[in-house]
Parts: sequence; structure tokens; C-alpha cells
Amino acid sequence: MSAMTEAAAGIQPRERDIARRETLRQLAKSKTLIVGVLIVGFWVVCALFGSTIAPDDPLELSDAVLAAPSSAHWFGTDQLGRDVFSRVIVGASETLKIAPLATMVGIIFGTIIGLITGYSRGLVDESISRIIDAFLALPLIVLAVTALVGLGSSNATLIVVIGVAFTPVVARTVRATVLGERELDYVDAAKLRGERSPYIMFVEILPNITGPIIVEATVRLGYAIFAVAGLTFLGFGVQPPSPDWSLQIADNYQLLSSGTYWWTVLFAALAVSSLVVGVNLIADGLQQVLDR
Amino acid sequence: MALITLFLLSVVVFVMAQLLPGDVGRNVLGPFASQDQVDRLNDTLGVNRPLVVQYWDWISHFLRGDLGTSLQYQVPVSDLLGPALANSLKLAAVAFVLVVPLSILGGTIAGLKRGGITDRVITVGGLSLTAVPEFVTAIVLILIFGVTLGWLPVTATAPEGASIPTQLEYLLLPSFALVAVLFGYIARITRSSVMESVDADYTRTAYLKGLSQRQVVGRHVLRNSLLPTIAVVATQVGYLIGGLLVIEKLFNYNGIGQRIYTAAVNKDFLLLESGVMIVGVIYLVATFIADVLYSVFNPRIRVQGSE
Repeated sequence: MSAMTEAAAGIQPRERDIARRETLRQLAKSKTLIVGVLIVGFWVVCALFGSTIAPDDPLELSDAVLAAPSSAHWFGTDQLGRDVFSRVIVGASETLKIAPLATMVGIIFGTIIGLITGYSRGLVDESISRIIDAFLALPLIVLAVTALVGLGSSNATLIVVIGVAFTPVVARTVRATVLGERELDYVDAAKLRGERSPYIMFVEILPNITGPIIVEATVRLGYAIFAVAGLTFLGFGVQPPSPDWSLQIADNYQLLSSGTYWWTVLFAALAVSSLVVGVNLIADGLQQVLDR
Repeated sequence: MALITLFLLSVVVFVMAQLLPGDVGRNVLGPFASQDQVDRLNDTLGVNRPLVVQYWDWISHFLRGDLGTSLQYQVPVSDLLGPALANSLKLAAVAFVLVVPLSILGGTIAGLKRGGITDRVITVGGLSLTAVPEFVTAIVLILIFGVTLGWLPVTATAPEGASIPTQLEYLLLPSFALVAVLFGYIARITRSSVMESVDADYTRTAYLKGLSQRQVVGRHVLRNSLLPTIAVVATQVGYLIGGLLVIEKLFNYNGIGQRIYTAAVNKDFLLLESGVMIVGVIYLVATFIADVLYSVFNPRIRVQGSE
């Protein structure tokens, strides 16, 4: 531990560099992580440059309604004659904006609350932790549906609602990590130097718990995509005519009972599944390396 | 402690329901009612009283089992939520009965064959199923078992007066979707705690004592690794109820999730408040039961607790 403390204090910056390089090397070796990064990277590229990759305008209507997959429309067309392939290509763009921002909101507030409760303990910790428990008793989707009905659905409210719903979970994780960290020598040393509590929390402890926070952030990102997808499916998330995957599924799943038209739903379902699995693979890979 | 959490939960729920915008009276009576009528209804409902008074009114009645009258349906909320809760519990029970043994089995096998092909298939497969939104899994299941193979009904509600086996048959597809989401979590926790107990000294001692693998696993490994599993099963109750919201909507099943959904859409706030509150209470009760089970199965906690 002392090596790490000295490194953190800047006494031996080379040692810190070596440790960092070692972590990066291990990350580059993790197959789980690489596969995850490739999948997510693919969808990020599609979301960024989708309009140039996609053969058709994802919003353009045509007379070829519910056409089966063919060379003209690789994934067929939907009820309004829109090209499903083009819609699948750009279908992540909205989710990929909302989910990371919501995750950031949750991580920032959660980290602040977690640091304060874990470091100060006592009455502050007790009372905030009870409120957190109360929030955690409500499933995310129930919380979000209620709030979204009240506030009206827009991308901004989605970000805030999911972010706020994540805050207690993140706070609990950070608090647990801080509880372990505050017993270490470097915290005592800082106290003896007469540093103020905010300085110790944010300058001394925070840099030492970035590993768990990064892992938590990737895990939360997976949940955020899951949440956006679920809310959109229920009609409270991304709004039409966006080509969002969950919206495509919500619009077309009732056609399934007829046994035909599977292409209107299947490709979007595979796409959203691959994205969440990709994010979870990244989280898993990071966890194996960072949470030793 | 649990009581304080319950109280805070009720405040959270109440405040959230207050977010619902608009004039309650106007919402009920529609745009063509006169302002006078709207005002009179608001007076009768008491929605223009101070918030603290309204909160007290709601919670004191709630505790006595009087959940008020639904604004939308004009019937007691309990008449709406009671049967819905029963339906949801049926669905959740079927899902639980399927998922708990299945994932403990899967997690134990994965933990015992750590690093092997079986382990990878179970771990990666479970992780992927867990990550995929439940409505996606449900739709794929409907496509395979309902539409292509035609083995299972694609709706969740059995015809009126159906026998219990038929009702179960109708509940299978929706519960499979919930099983898919929960399997990964539970199997994963079981796997890591099985791995931990396989490495423990007492397991080595058991082997050295000459017990067969079956005996070691049954008597020592499983007994010790079920504890974390119990904890995670309880925390998943919260998810399960949230997941029910989506699954019940998809299968058009008349459960508590569906009720909360329609109450939210119709801004039926008394129904919404009570529905959400019940969900929270169920979660807290499940967590409490898990704590109790945990200490029953693990004497170490009991000893520490009494110190």
C-alpha cells in the first residue's frame, strides 16, 4: 500500500506510470473487453455516420409497405414502407446520447453523496442512507414511469430521471468503497496535516477509488440502455418518428401474431441485444482488471 | 429501522405522485365541464388542501387498509389492486419457481467447472440473457414457441374459469422472459460463492476426510454458497416487479404492473400512489425476509449481531 500512497503523493511518478501501463496492458489482453469494445464501437460509428452509411433515408415513406427482405431492402420495409436496414443502422443514435449522459448524472451525484456519507459516517450517513434505502425499494422503471408522466417525456427529462434513479445505487457502491479507504494510512496522514474534509474526500480519496467508479459507470451504462429501451417500449421514452430500435419493436410487435412480417421486429431486437451485451462485456472486462 | 425506511418510502411515493401536473378535477371531468363543477370536485376530493394534510389523509387511510377511490374508474382502489396483485404474484411465483433451482444448478455447475466450456457457456449465456431487455427476449420467445412452433399460447390471460394447469400454461411464456433476465444474476452470484467455498480450507478437509465429490458439494460447498444467493434473490424481487410492468403490458396481462401503467397514463394518482407503495412494501418485506433467512442459515451473523 505504501508504494501506492507515495506514488499518489507524487514522490515516485515513475512507479505510478509503470502501474498504469501494467493496467492498460492487462486491459488490452482481455478478450471480453475487446469483443465488447468492438461491438459498441460498431454501433457508435453507425450512430455517428449512419446517415451516410444507410442506403435510404430512415424516415422516408414509400409505397413498398411491409416488403419482405430483398436485394432492394436487405431487411425489408415496415408498415409505412420505410427501409428497415437503414432504420436499424441509425437506430442507436438516440439511445447512445441519452444513456451515457444519464449515467454521468448518476455517477456524479452518486459519487458526491457516496463520498460524503462514507467519509463522515454518523448521523449524516445514517439519515442519507435511510433515504437511499427508501428509493431503492422502488424498481427503476416504476420510478421512471411515474416521473416521466409528471414531467412529460423528452430526451432531457429521460436523462435527468434515469440519472436521479441511478444516484442512490451509485452512492451505495461508492460509500462501501470509501468505508474501506478511510481507514488507510494516507487518510490519517492528511488529517494530521490538518487538511479539511472536502479536500481529503475529493483530492485524497477520490483518485484512489476511480477503479470501482469506472466499473460502476459501465455497469450503469448497461442498465441505462436497458432502461431507455424499456421506457421507450412502454411509450415514455424516445418518441416517434425516431428510428430508435425499441420504438421499432413497439410499433411492430403486434404484427408478429400473424406469423409473417418478422423482419420488422427481429433485426431491431438483435441490434438492441448486441449493444447491451457489448456494454456488459466491457463492464465485465474492466471489472476483472480493475477490481482486483 | 425498517419502519423509518417505510415512512420515507411513503413520502417519496407521495411527492412523486404530486409531480403529476394539471388540475385533478379537470382531468376527471374533461375539458367541457364548467370551472364551477371542477372546483366543487376538487373540494370533495380535497386536492386543494395543504400537502401535509393530504399526505396524512392518504397514509392514515392506507395504513387502515382504505386505499381510497380510483378517480378514473370510480371504484375503490383496493378492488382494482387486489386482483391485480394476485395475478402478478401468480406470474412472479411461476417465474421464481422456475428460476431459483435452475440458476442455482447452473451457477453451481459453472463454479465447479471453472474455466471450462460449460462454465463459459453458462456465464456468457447468462450474462447476455440478463443484459437483453425483457421485452426483446419475450418477443423472441413468442416468435419461437408461440408463432413458429405453436406450442404455447401467446397471451398470458387464460380464458375465464380455466383449470390451474391451463392457467399455468398461459403463464409459461411471460415467466420464461423473466427467468431469462434473472437467471444470469443469480447464477453468477452462486458461481462466485461456489468458487469461493471450493477453495476454502473446509472443502479441502472434507476431501481429505475421504468424502466423495457429491458429498462434499452437497454438505459443504452448497450449504455455504447458498447464503449470497438468498440475498441476491431477494434484491431481484424489486426488479421482478419492475419487469412485470413491461411483460404485463406486452402480454396484456392484468397485473399490478399493468395497473400502475394505466394509472400513470390516466393520471389516476390515488391508484398510482397505492400501487407504487405496495410495490415498495413488497420489496422491503422481501429484503427483510432475506435478512432473517440469512441469519438463520448463517450462525456467524447471529453471533456477531448479538455482540
